[in-house]
Amino acid sequence: MGLTGLQKDSKRASDVPLRDIVAHLAENRAQLREEWVRRINDAQLLTAMTKDELFAEATSVYDSYVDALETRTLESLEAYAQNLSERIIPRGVETHEVVGIVLLLRDVLARSLFTKYHDNPALLDRALDAYEPAANSIAITVAVGFVRERERVIRQQQESIRELSTPVLQVRERLLIQPIIGVIDPHRARQLTEQLLRGIRDTRARVVVIDITGVAAMDANVANHLVLTVEAARLLGASVIVTGLSPEIAQTLVNIGVDLGKMRTVGDLQGGIEEAERLLGYKVVPVAEPQA
Amino acid sequence: MKPLELATETRVRVESELDIVTARMRGRALAIQLGLRPTSATLIATAISELARNILLYAQDGEIVLCPIERGAHKGLAVIARDDGPGIRDVTRAIEDGYSTSGRLGMGLPGVRRLMDEFHIQSRVGEGTTVTVKKWNE
Amino acid sequence: MEVPILKQGPYLIAIIQSALTDADIVHLRDALVEKVGRHRSLGVIIDVTALDVMDSFATGTLRDMAHMVLLRGAETVIVGIQPDVAFAMVHMGLKMEGVATALDLEEGLAYLDQRTKAARHR
Repeated sequence: MGLTGLQKDSKRASDVPLRDIVAHLAENRAQLREEWVRRINDAQLLTAMTKDELFAEATSVYDSYVDALETRTLESLEAYAQNLSERIIPRGVETHEVVGIVLLLRDVLARSLFTKYHDNPALLDRALDAYEPAANSIAITVAVGFVRERERVIRQQQESIRELSTPVLQVRERLLIQPIIGVIDPHRARQLTEQLLRGIRDTRARVVVIDITGVAAMDANVANHLVLTVEAARLLGASVIVTGLSPEIAQTLVNIGVDLGKMRTVGDLQGGIEEAERLLGYKVVPVAEPQA
Repeated sequence: MKPLELATETRVRVESELDIVTARMRGRALAIQLGLRPTSATLIATAISELARNILLYAQDGEIVLCPIERGAHKGLAVIARDDGPGIRDVTRAIEDGYSTSGRLGMGLPGVRRLMDEFHIQSRVGEGTTVTVKKWNE
Repeated sequence: MEVPILKQGPYLIAIIQSALTDADIVHLRDALVEKVGRHRSLGVIIDVTALDVMDSFATGTLRDMAHMVLLRGAETVIVGIQPDVAFAMVHMGLKMEGVATALDLEEGLAYLDQRTKAARHR
């Protein structure tokens, strides 16, 4: 990606201002960077960082910024923005902070240009023509990079939450329980099925109890998916018992015309486990009461 | 129906039963290479198997084209099954459950449709049939 | 690629070792249906662990075979269907109705033992 807008504007404004700008920013690096850090602190941005960390990060961002202006390419800045995002997202840095610091840097540098060219309005005009589009491209690059990384992290977290929320538990040899709680969307339904089928293979289960007491309702698609899951489990050699059907879900299953001969259902989880034990040939008897 | 990207497009001629096996193996390999989930790769391979057999059954020969596709951050795989066979007289009926002119299971196209995320069929009597299906990563 | 068929006591066991063409599957069906009579077998096990695709043709042919074997007096059990393959099959609407399935060879043998014992006691 190149600095769009820059090439176009450079026809109007000669190359001189941008080269001058870069030289000016390099020359005043220490002072401008300090001014920028002061304004970040005043605005209470990046408070999750220590003073030293903030200073080190500010130095890197400043240098990348000047480098992007000088080389007119955004590649290395993009890479840096991604790297920065990876480091600061786990520490809870928010989008407005990242966008905020980049805009502050843009302002600090713009002000220094005003000061430098204050006695030559024509030159200042050309300098700003060259600087503004470049500065805006940089700000957008950093912000977009951060937001993208954040979205990636959020997606990843959603994925692991989904997996955590649908455990497949082994209660006895050859017996699995999958308690399902909450809303089942098509994506989660698919995941539930995959986990159950892998669980059957890995534990060599012969009976599975799917308990949907914690699911208030499901649409026809998800209900169909449940029926498919029961059939797929059978292909792996396991019988499925579904427990805890709410009146609404029972209605949905009847509406889609489920074949009740193929789906074994029991009122509640306890009844389901008893039925499963019977299928597996277990007999549970209370231990004899000790004599009083 | 033009795929968005043709970078590592793979073509498999379908002229014999062995080509059905080749086409679905290539499809699975490409799906995994594109980062699709193993379950999706199996669904894709199964769909390719059905489409390739349809080509052999109804048109004698044709081709399966596999192309990586992109939509924003999502990646996917498109499978295009193309033949110059007799075409399908009643496309709507052909994608209904339980319809077959070959006398076998008659589950080919409706089954393929359920396996994939997107399904598109174009057929003209005497000119041939093109079925395009797509599967996206989550 | 031909699938070897082993005779193990009263059972025939076919272990599929790689992807099969349609002709291979038809050949397997014919060979098993023929051998059931020749060996007076009580049961047939087909291990499909190595198959990464079970499409409508494979499923339909194996189901037909199980029904033919039953007509010749023996039970069939299909073992080793992989989770992803089972998922794809049910999505296609392929259910293997009337055919027994088990997790693996060991489970398949246990199933046949139980069924044939029940048959002998009948």
